[in-house]
Amino acid sequence: MNSVSHIKTIAKRELSGYFASPVAYVFIVIFLLLTGFFTFMAGGFFERGEASLVSFFLWHPWLYLFLVPAVGMRLWSEERRLGTMELLLTMPIAAWEAIVGKFLASWLFLALALVLTFPILITVNYLGHPDNGVIFAGYIGSLLLAGSYLAISCMTSALTRNQVVSFILSVVTCLFLILAGWPPVTRLLDQFSDSFPRLIEAIAAFSVMTHFEGFQRGVIDSRDLVFFLAVIFFSLFTTSVIIRSHRAG
Amino acid sequence: MIRVDNLTKAFGEKLAVNAISFSVERGEVLGFLGPNGAGKSTSMRMITGFIPPTAGSITVGGFDMVQNPIPAKRLIGYLPENAPAYTDMTVSGFLGFSAELRGLAGDAKKRAVHRAIEMCFLEGVIHQSIDTLSKGFRHRTCFAQSIIHDPDVLILDEPTDGLDPNQKHEVRTLIKRMGEKKAIIFSTHILEEVEAACSRAIIIDRGQIVANGTPQQLKHRSDISGAVILRVGGISGADLKQKLSQLPTVRKTVVVDEDKFRVQARVFPQTSAVDGELARSVGELAIREKFQIEELHTEEGRLDEVFRSITLPETVKEATK
Ligand SMILES: Nc1ncnc2c1ncn2[C@@H]1O[C@H](COP(=O)(O)OP(=O)(O)O)[C@@H](O)[C@H]1O
Ligand SMILES: [Mg+2]
Repeated sequence: MNSVSHIKTIAKRELSGYFASPVAYVFIVIFLLLTGFFTFMAGGFFERGEASLVSFFLWHPWLYLFLVPAVGMRLWSEERRLGTMELLLTMPIAAWEAIVGKFLASWLFLALALVLTFPILITVNYLGHPDNGVIFAGYIGSLLLAGSYLAISCMTSALTRNQVVSFILSVVTCLFLILAGWPPVTRLLDQFSDSFPRLIEAIAAFSVMTHFEGFQRGVIDSRDLVFFLAVIFFSLFTTSVIIRSHRAG
Repeated sequence: MIRVDNLTKAFGEKLAVNAISFSVERGEVLGFLGPNGAGKSTSMRMITGFIPPTAGSITVGGFDMVQNPIPAKRLIGYLPENAPAYTDMTVSGFLGFSAELRGLAGDAKKRAVHRAIEMCFLEGVIHQSIDTLSKGFRHRTCFAQSIIHDPDVLILDEPTDGLDPNQKHEVRTLIKRMGEKKAIIFSTHILEEVEAACSRAIIIDRGQIVANGTPQQLKHRSDISGAVILRVGGISGADLKQKLSQLPTVRKTVVVDEDKFRVQARVFPQTSAVDGELARSVGELAIREKFQIEELHTEEGRLDEVFRSITLPETVKEATK
């Protein structure tokens, strides 16, 4: 019960920190503009001639690649830069409570941005009869995808007091998680290593693309759920290890 | 309340803190003195549980900081070096946040925030964002955070850094007053501060404790402690020296200042006791010889001199002689 209230206090502060500056609003506007652009222009929403949000979700792994690290880069690097980490970690709370609290606040912020894409949902329902179950699964997948990127950003932001470095490290890591299962890359790998189909499969199993794909089709597979939750758990756990080793000097 | 035993911290090869031991009881204010880089902040970071020690133990209120950090941390209020604070928050928001993490809620939280604001004279800036505060106010905001839960133990790393002389005085008075009921450790390199607020002081240099005692005791370690300052008119320095050398209580006399009207000398005693014996005999001599006395007093010793003589490396000491 105590942990819950600690996490809530930390998450509340973090979230109000986002809205204390115009950056949060700018971020949400950019997010909405980009999703709109990718869905309708690049994704060929109308050309598809079907009532679905395939063209909407298709771009999320790429869109999040830059937007999520932008949200997550300050999580711990800012604490280190300001020196407030010393305050936070000498409070009578456990370090993991602080890590989870800060992560949840940013995830909630991303969820809010995602919720604000609802006009697309209304549009597609107005224009036709989409399968809203599939769309719901897509949203769940998208949220998990964002959470995974965010946990990785959380981890890289604990490594440095410099937000730019934290951003770049996180983009690179997330890019790797995309490319490992991105069809053009897997096809390329296929050509080079006919003899190791297992290996390519194994590499692709680490990709967010492989696991996000099912959600886009409306399938919530427990293996995909486990994958995203495992990425989040592992990254947050690593964050705590980094913070502890940093303190130990 | 605070018990530190053989506390050691190594950063790679370098020993930042080397086997220090001391304890602080309720009602004591311990001054932590030392030149920059001596290891004061590192020690405080270990005592507050921010960094783990390489060796040694810390107990606060009976709780081991390494084994059982949460209850130990509950007892402590901490003002880190440079007074960090969330710059995007308002003063009251920041204090409310700290109170909540300390387990205060509702009315208790409101009262705690109000009390801290009053004690630290923050009434004028309650709703101001911390990044718009002057350094003094920001410092006091972080200080307010450290006393928000009325802790039994206070650890203050350079609490008067960046304050103007009036604010420094306020903070010292506050520390002294709170020290009656709490165990306080504060670090500083301002020596008057130690005399003004501490009941005991530790001088730490290159990670080790080199002196430990009340400010009085430390001052008596000074070379000039117990010497008598004598300023008289109508006599030359050489004559005065000659006359004083006849007294059995006098070891040597050093002329500090001399012009054609008066001479000022420092008279060192034969024994190290500070008991007024030397001053009496010098005074009697001065009356016998009809010196025109302008000043006569026994020196208590100066902390800054003790500090320098203890913490300066030998080579530098030679060079400054
Ligand atoms: N995180 C760290 N990594 C490496 N060395 C450190 C670290 N923190 C402090 N030191 C070193 O330890 C020594 C003591 O520093 P510190 O405790 O800050 O001194 P003080 O507070 O007395 O000025 C210094 O030489 C400093 O360079
Ligand atoms: Mg320091």
